Amino acid sequence: MLNINKTDIVVIGGGITGTAIARELSKYELDVVLFEKFPDIGAGSTKANSAILHAGFDAKPGSLKAQLNVRGNKLYHDLEEELGLEVKWIGSLVVAVNDEEMKTLTELLERGRTNGVAGLEILSREEVLDREPQITQNVAGALWAPSAGIFLPFGAALAFAENAVRNGVKVITDCPVEEIVTEAGKITGVRTKHGFLAAKYVINAAGVYADEISRLAGDDSFAIKPRKGEYILFDKKTSNLFKHVLFPAPSKVSKGILLSPTVHGNIFVGPNAQDTADKEDVATSTDGLNEIINKAKQLIPSLPLGAAITQFSGLRAAADGDGDFIIQPSSVTQGLIHAAGIQSPGLTSAPAIAEMVSSILRQQGVELKHKVSFDPVNPRKIIFRDLSHEAQQQLIAQNPLYGRVICRCETVTEAEIVEAIHDSCGARTLDAVKRRTRAGMGRCQGGFCGPRVTAILARELNIPITAVRKDSPEAYLFFNKMTADCKEVLA
Amino acid sequence: MSQRIYDVAIIGGGPAGLAAAYGARQAGAESVLVIERDRELGGILQQCIHNGFGLHKFQEELTGPGYASRYIKLIRQDAKIEVMLDTMVLEVAADKSIWAVNPKFGLMQIATKAVIFTMGCRERTRGAIRIPGYRPAGVFTAGAAQRMVNMEGYLPGKKIVILGSGDIGLIMARRMSLEGAKVQGVLEIMPYSNGLTRNIVQCLEDYDIPLYLSHTITKIHGAERVTGITCAAVDGKMQPIPGTEFDIECDCLLLSVGLIPENELSQAVGVKLDAITSGPVVNQLRQTSLPGFFAAGNVVHVHDLVDFVSEEGGIAGKYAAQYARGNLSAPVRTITVTAGTGVRTVVPQQIDVPATVIEPVRLFMRVTQPDKKIAISITSADQTLVSRRLPVAKPSEMIVIEMPASKLEEAGEQLTFSIQTQ
Amino acid sequence: MTQCVRKINCIVCPLSCVGEITSEDGQIQTITGFVCDRGKKYAKEEMTSPKRTLTTTVKVLGGALPLLPVVSKLPLPKDRVMACAQYLSTVSVKAPVAKGDIICPNILGLKVDIVATRDMPISQKS
Repeated sequence: MLNINKTDIVVIGGGITGTAIARELSKYELDVVLFEKFPDIGAGSTKANSAILHAGFDAKPGSLKAQLNVRGNKLYHDLEEELGLEVKWIGSLVVAVNDEEMKTLTELLERGRTNGVAGLEILSREEVLDREPQITQNVAGALWAPSAGIFLPFGAALAFAENAVRNGVKVITDCPVEEIVTEAGKITGVRTKHGFLAAKYVINAAGVYADEISRLAGDDSFAIKPRKGEYILFDKKTSNLFKHVLFPAPSKVSKGILLSPTVHGNIFVGPNAQDTADKEDVATSTDGLNEIINKAKQLIPSLPLGAAITQFSGLRAAADGDGDFIIQPSSVTQGLIHAAGIQSPGLTSAPAIAEMVSSILRQQGVELKHKVSFDPVNPRKIIFRDLSHEAQQQLIAQNPLYGRVICRCETVTEAEIVEAIHDSCGARTLDAVKRRTRAGMGRCQGGFCGPRVTAILARELNIPITAVRKDSPEAYLFFNKMTADCKEVLA
Repeated sequence: MSQRIYDVAIIGGGPAGLAAAYGARQAGAESVLVIERDRELGGILQQCIHNGFGLHKFQEELTGPGYASRYIKLIRQDAKIEVMLDTMVLEVAADKSIWAVNPKFGLMQIATKAVIFTMGCRERTRGAIRIPGYRPAGVFTAGAAQRMVNMEGYLPGKKIVILGSGDIGLIMARRMSLEGAKVQGVLEIMPYSNGLTRNIVQCLEDYDIPLYLSHTITKIHGAERVTGITCAAVDGKMQPIPGTEFDIECDCLLLSVGLIPENELSQAVGVKLDAITSGPVVNQLRQTSLPGFFAAGNVVHVHDLVDFVSEEGGIAGKYAAQYARGNLSAPVRTITVTAGTGVRTVVPQQIDVPATVIEPVRLFMRVTQPDKKIAISITSADQTLVSRRLPVAKPSEMIVIEMPASKLEEAGEQLTFSIQTQ
Repeated sequence: MTQCVRKINCIVCPLSCVGEITSEDGQIQTITGFVCDRGKKYAKEEMTSPKRTLTTTVKVLGGALPLLPVVSKLPLPKDRVMACAQYLSTVSVKAPVAKGDIICPNILGLKVDIVATRDMPISQKS
C-alpha cells in the first residue's frame, strides 16, 4: 500500500537497472518510490539471462556499454561485500577454433585494453586444453579474461531493492504505472492503482517496456525491439564439466551461444538470438533449443543432454538505433530520465548506470545531499544448507521451522521460506519463493515441494490456496473442487 | 535423543520401508527405525485411492490406503519399531550414521548397524524431456497433481491434457473426470500404451477420452496459465512429423512421463548404481555394493505391482536384520546376472551364492518391447538352466522368474536372461 | 432381427483376453475368445449391465487430513458412477472415522454402501 501522495523521484521498473538506481538514490536525502508492474522484482529479463559479470572487452570503445561495463565490473567487488552478493570470479575464455577466429581474439584483446580491461591474454591451444580438458579438440586458442565473473542477477536485484528499502525507498510491486502526467512538457506525477503520486522526476528503467513508458510521457524517440534468448539448465552433477565461462568467437549480432557454470553449481547453455515483436514471448522452441544444443556441443562435445533439468528464455531489451544504452534525460519531456535499452552488458553495468543516473539528476538541478544514516550493508540471510551442524542445531532450537526441510533437492527449510515471504521485498508467489530460496530449482523442479510451498504461501499471506500464483498476475495454480448441485444429482 | 544404536534403520516409510521393517523384526532385529519425511506412513499409497492393490499378496482388491493400513497396523503394534515422521534424511555416511532433521528434535545423528534405502521415485519433469513453449502455471506431474486432488483437496485444472499413457496418467484421467474436469485426451509417444488394459477400459473408454498413440507435445501455450498444447504424430524415431500438428485446448497439462528412482542419498554414500534401472546394483538379499547397506522397492527399480515391492522390502528387511545381528553368512561365489536379448532389466543384478543353497532366487525382469508367445530363458555359458513360456509380455508388466536352488548350483559365473519369440 | 457383434476387453486378469459377444435383439447368442469362465461372466455382465467400482474422496471435518478416501463396497452400475461421484462431492464426514465405516449407505438408492478405506483420526492441531 502507498500512503503518500508526493515524492521526489519515481523509478519505473524493478529489474537490475531500476533496483540499482533505487539503491544508489537511497544514499541521498531524497524521497524515492519504485514501481514494478509484476508481483515480484526482477521478474523480466533480470531473471532470465546469462548471469555473467562481463570483463568488458566486447563492447565498442567509446560507447556507454564499454564505459559502464568496466566501471560496473569493478563496483561489484565492493557490492559483493556490502550486500552479501553471491559472486564467483571464475574468468572467461573466448574460444577460437580456426585462424580466422584467432584474429578476432586479437581484435577483442585490443578492444578490451582500450576499454580498460585488465589481465587479458591470448592462450595457446595447449594452455586451453590444460585448463578445460573437455573443450573441443578443434580449439586453436582462447582469449582469457580473468576479471569476468558469474553471479545471481535476481539475488543482486533483490539485494539492491532490500538495501534501498532499508534506506528509506518505497518499493511497490504488482503495480504498473498507468499514466505519466505532464503539464506544459514537464512531469508532475504518475498514476497507478494506488492513485496519483506527485513527482518531478521519473526514471525510466522499464526494460522491454521502456519505449511504452517513454510514450506515456509523450516521448517516442526510441523503440525497444526485444530479442529472445533461450537457455537450457543442467543438473548439478555436470558441474565439473568445465570451470570458466566459455564463449565462442563472437558474431556481429550477439556474443554467441555460450556455456557457463552457475554460482550454485549448475551449468547452462545459451542464449540464441531471435527478434520478436511480442514482449510477452518468452516461449522456448524446438528449433531454438536444437540450435543452442548444436552450438554448445561445438565447444563441449560431451555435453550430457540427459542431465538437462529445465529450459527458459528471456528477452533482451534492445533499443533501435546503434544499440547502445540510452541513459540520458528525455529531450521531449522535462523530468523524464531514460535508463533504457539495457541489454548485455546491462547486468554488469547496472551499478555504474545508477551512478550515471544520479549525476544526470544532479545536472538537472536535483540536490544530492548524502544521507548520514545510509547503511550500505544488508543483514546476511540464513542459508541452512551452508551452515555447520552445530549452527543448524542452534537455529532449530530457536525456530523449529528450520527443522522441516520442504525442498529436498536443494535442502531448503520451512523457516527460510517463511522469511523469504516476510522479508522487506518479500515473496508473494511460488516462483518468487523459488528465486529467493532455491526451492523448486532442483532435479524434481518443484514436484515435491511445489504443493508444500503453495500451502505455506497461503498460510503466511492469509489467502486461500486458490489465490496463490505461480509468478505473473494471472498465473493461478489450483482450483476449488467442483461440487454438484445435490438436488440435480438425486433427480 | 538417545545415543542408541539401531539394528536396522530404514529410510522411507512407504510400502517398501514398511515391509522391510516388518521383515526385519520377523528375522530377529531388536530395534528398527523407520524415518519418513511425510506426516504419516504409507508413502505414495496414501494418494493412490483407487483399487487394484494386493491381488497377489492378500487375494483382495484393496485401495492404496487400504493396503498401506495393513502394514501400518503391524508396524504400530510393534513396540520395537520406532517411527520418525516429518523427518528428512540429509545425509548417510559410509560408517552408516544417518543425519536427519525434524522440527521436534532438530538435527540428529542416528547410529545403526544396517541401513535400508526405500526412498522410492521422483517423477520425470517437463524440463527433463524438454517440451518447448511457455512456462505457465498449470503444468504438473501427474503424481503431484494426484496428491493435490486426493489429499489436499484442490484441482490442478478444469480442462486437462495428459501426456503419457502409463497407469499414473490413465488413473488421473479417470480421477479428473470423476471430479468434474474435462479430460481432452491422453497422448502417448509410443505406438502402444504402457498401462494395464483394465485401465485403458476403466479410465479412458468408460469416459470417452481419446488416446492418441505415437503422438507427442511440441509446444505449451499460455504465458501465465496454460491455454492449450500443440501436439504432433511421431515417426519411428519418436520425432515429430511436420504437418501433423494440431492444437488441443486445455488449462492444465499433466505429465506422466516416467519415474526415476531417487538415489541421491545412496549415490552420495558411494553405492554402485545400475545405469539402466537408475537404482543400486543389488544381490538376491537386496544388499548393495556396500556391506550393510540394503535397498528395496522403487528406489531399486520402478515397480508396477505393490505386492512385489512388499516382497522386496521383506527380503531387504530380513537380511539387513541378519547382517545387524552378525548372522549374514559369507557367500562362496558371485554370479553376475545380465539382461540379454529382449530383456531391459533384471533385478537382482548379482547373486551371492551361500555355502549351502537352499532357497530359490526370484528374479524380477522387464522385456524391452511388447510381444506374444515368447520364451524366457536363463542361460549360463551355453546351457539353458530355466525356460519359461509366456503368452503375452509387456515392458510395463514386471515378470518374476524363479530360479530353483538346484539350478543355482549348476550356474557358472554369469546368468543371462533372454527372450525368444516362438 | 438385429444382430450385434461386440468386442470386449476383459479386465479381470493380466491376460486381458479380447473376446467377442454376439447378440440378437438384445439376447446373447455366443461368447468366444475368453480363456476362462471369469472372463465369460465379465463379458456377459459388461454386455447386459456393466458395473464399476467407484473410488473417490469425501471431505472430512476436524480430521488429521482434509479428505477421506472411500470406495463402493460393490461395483455400481456403470452409467450411475458419475452421478455417485457428484453426489459424494457434496458429502462431508466428521472425524474420527475408522476404516470400513459406512460413509454413505445405499448411495442414490442403488443398494451399495460407500465405505472409508482408511482410518482418519481427529486433527492434533488446536
